[in-house]
Amino acid sequence: MNYTFQFRDIFNAWQFLAEGLATTLHLSVVTMVFGMAVGVACAAARLYGGPALRAAVGAYVEIIRNTPLLIQLFIVFFGLPSLGIRLDALTAATISLTINLGAYATEIVRAGLQAIPRSQIEAGHALGLSGLQVFRYIVLAPALRLMFPALASQFILLMLATSIASQISVQDLFHAASIIQSRTFRDFEVYTVIAVLYLALALLLRAAFALIYRMAFANR
Amino acid sequence: MIREFTLIDVFYLVAAIRWTLVLSVAAFAGGGAIGLVVAIMRVSAFAPLRWLAAAYVQLVQGTPLLCILFVFFFGLSIFGLPVQAWIAATLALSIYASAFLGEIWRGALQSIPKTQWEAGGALGLGFAEQLRYVIVPQAVRVSIPPTVGFLVQLVKNTSLAATIGFIELAREGQLTTASTFQPFTVYCTVAFLYFLLCFPLTQLSRALERKYNVVG
Repeated sequence: MNYTFQFRDIFNAWQFLAEGLATTLHLSVVTMVFGMAVGVACAAARLYGGPALRAAVGAYVEIIRNTPLLIQLFIVFFGLPSLGIRLDALTAATISLTINLGAYATEIVRAGLQAIPRSQIEAGHALGLSGLQVFRYIVLAPALRLMFPALASQFILLMLATSIASQISVQDLFHAASIIQSRTFRDFEVYTVIAVLYLALALLLRAAFALIYRMAFANR
Repeated sequence: MIREFTLIDVFYLVAAIRWTLVLSVAAFAGGGAIGLVVAIMRVSAFAPLRWLAAAYVQLVQGTPLLCILFVFFFGLSIFGLPVQAWIAATLALSIYASAFLGEIWRGALQSIPKTQWEAGGALGLGFAEQLRYVIVPQAVRVSIPPTVGFLVQLVKNTSLAATIGFIELAREGQLTTASTFQPFTVYCTVAFLYFLLCFPLTQLSRALERKYNVVG
């Protein structure tokens, strides 16, 4: 091993890293919000919907969970234009990642909702709550606590997976690495630095989720 | 010269599946070997070993697989290895798999009641013997469904090896797109082929879970 590591050039290009980090965070947070909405809607549809709706949601979950995210991104970004739907890279990535996270969230939320005993729902109805009120206060609120740890892990996996969006030219943290690499030719160093940044982001997210969990569910 | 997307292209894509499978099997073998060590370290009585394994898992699970791939790809020459995509892909996917398999297997080992360890100890078995004859045979049943479930993730994630130029199913899809210019048809075909690989594994994992009646 006679290789001289040089990190100076990489730290000099910190503004690329900062911009990339901002895009990665933006993409992650937006996808978490939309993906969660898709997950709750699809889980509710799968549990309470008609047979056709249930089958459709089931197919959606299976198709997404059994195909690679990279290919899903390629279909949305490179494939859809041939059907006349042109999206910029960031929009295509947001849509693909939302669809992807939505499928995983559906399964997690469904398991959480199913864990609420039937008698509680009946008690809610007996108190004169409407169907939507029962869903919101009796089912969803306590179920959220049950599913929170699984969702938090899924969100962190999603944040790491946003790096794949760089392959359709989204200018995220991983893309910043390739820019710096082409300017400095310090490829090994730059990807090590990027890995450390992702790791820091993952640990930060985990700490944030732990804090949210404690604040939201501790005294119930 | 742009040509049509024809049956022969589908055959090329189907043929590329073998490299996806080879990479998956290699990564599972490598990841399984390291993962076993990680799992055993995680349940060992010696605290620093536990911490070391936990830190390793945290490090790998907190880094995108894409990053691990690129670090290995560009790092090969530093360690005097030839810069070849398949070496980097196999190493990176093995490391990735080892962290997840290690955690799955640790969970399986820890699901066995402590009294079983104590019973082994009472019979005069050492740590390795308790593990080998008492704990592992029981833990294997618990670990099989989630392990098969993780295989689905592994097969899907071999597609990332395409980004460093390893020619497997996803990369073959990119190449076919470049020559036929029909991305929608090609990538949908590729997605369908991945689905054919992964869906049976998903179903198998579920069936095993029901059979062993454990929560994965």
